[in-house]
Amino acid sequence: MAIGQTFLGLLEAKPRHGYDLKRAYDERFGADRPLHYGQVYATLSRLLKNGLVEVDGVEPGEGPERKRYAITEAGITDVAGWLATPEKPEPYLQNTLYAKVVLALLTGRSAAEVLDTQRAEHLRFMRDLTHRKTHGDLADQLICDFALFHLEADLRWLELTAARLDQLRAEVTP
Amino acid sequence: MTTPLLTATALHKRYGETDALAGADLTVTAGEVLAIMGPSGSGKSTLLHCIAGIVTPDSGRIEYDGVDMTAMSDSRRSALRRTEFGFVFQFGQLVPELTCLENVALPLRMNGVARKAAEQRAADWLAKLEVSDVARKRPGQVSGGQGQRVAVARALVAEPRLLFADEPTGALDSLNGEAVMRHLTSAAAELGTAVVLVTHEARVAAYSHREIVVRDGRTRTVVAAAS
Repeated sequence: MAIGQTFLGLLEAKPRHGYDLKRAYDERFGADRPLHYGQVYATLSRLLKNGLVEVDGVEPGEGPERKRYAITEAGITDVAGWLATPEKPEPYLQNTLYAKVVLALLTGRSAAEVLDTQRAEHLRFMRDLTHRKTHGDLADQLICDFALFHLEADLRWLELTAARLDQLRAEVTP
Repeated sequence: MTTPLLTATALHKRYGETDALAGADLTVTAGEVLAIMGPSGSGKSTLLHCIAGIVTPDSGRIEYDGVDMTAMSDSRRSALRRTEFGFVFQFGQLVPELTCLENVALPLRMNGVARKAAEQRAADWLAKLEVSDVARKRPGQVSGGQGQRVAVARALVAEPRLLFADEPTGALDSLNGEAVMRHLTSAAAELGTAVVLVTHEARVAAYSHREIVVRDGRTRTVVAAAS
């Protein structure tokens, strides 16, 4: 997740204090991994240094002063550029699972078991996501569906690889 | 540990030269959703048809509620299917000449419930599945997603203890498939009905509590790491 650009997008919607920004981020994007305050302020200070945000106002309070941050013109251009650039599709050509399957075959272990164990783990995670989706709002549904479709693609690979194990064994073992 | 509702042991079934089942085992516990997964031709539908009493295995034992199904007479097995089991298939298999309401009322009528009472309960089920508006339409006049929800209502209207669903979302797009699975699992949970779900789609299987995989006519149970 590009925290910097996500912050910029949230700030383009409206200026916010660091705490509000963290809360908005966690609410919308950080259900599984809420941000640490350290990350929030490190990111803000980088954005500030690069001229992408500015301090819009300071409110005195009981604790440290509360700075309100606003996006700059350069920040808006940055968000626009980020949104217009597609994410690189990751081909995962040499992934760990592939390595595990090959190594299982090379060492005379059960590659089918490696695949089945992984498949069960994938399905367990998919069940959790489905449960969360069923009990969540539309945002939850969309976020979970994104993960579910990707996990499903992995599972199809696991299934196909299981069907090709004999062929693969013949190729990798002398 | 809950008592098993249905237990199948060492099922074999051969079609011509092909072993559709070559020693399949399975247990269904009351109220659970069990997914049977596996590639095309692995034997998962044959397994479902055997445990649902539609096909008789060549050998092996199937106990439902402690009674051996393979030893039952055809009429006893039909009665069991009618009173204890519900079915949903890939293509709703609704009766085209009847309205959706009459389709849902059908299992109750076959069990001797009077028309008015049967249609009232059928109407309640259509409402529960959010398809009241198709009550007076015939299956040919409704969308695939609506038809499948009607099929789920028909499968559950008689409050079976066990629902068999064979690729229930196979002919639907993702959005309609989701809606059918959500309705099917929540309605079954409300009734305490166990569901045996055959699917090759992992997203559909993710609505289950656990899964078994069928490969080359044999079942494999894989337990995931603890969450």
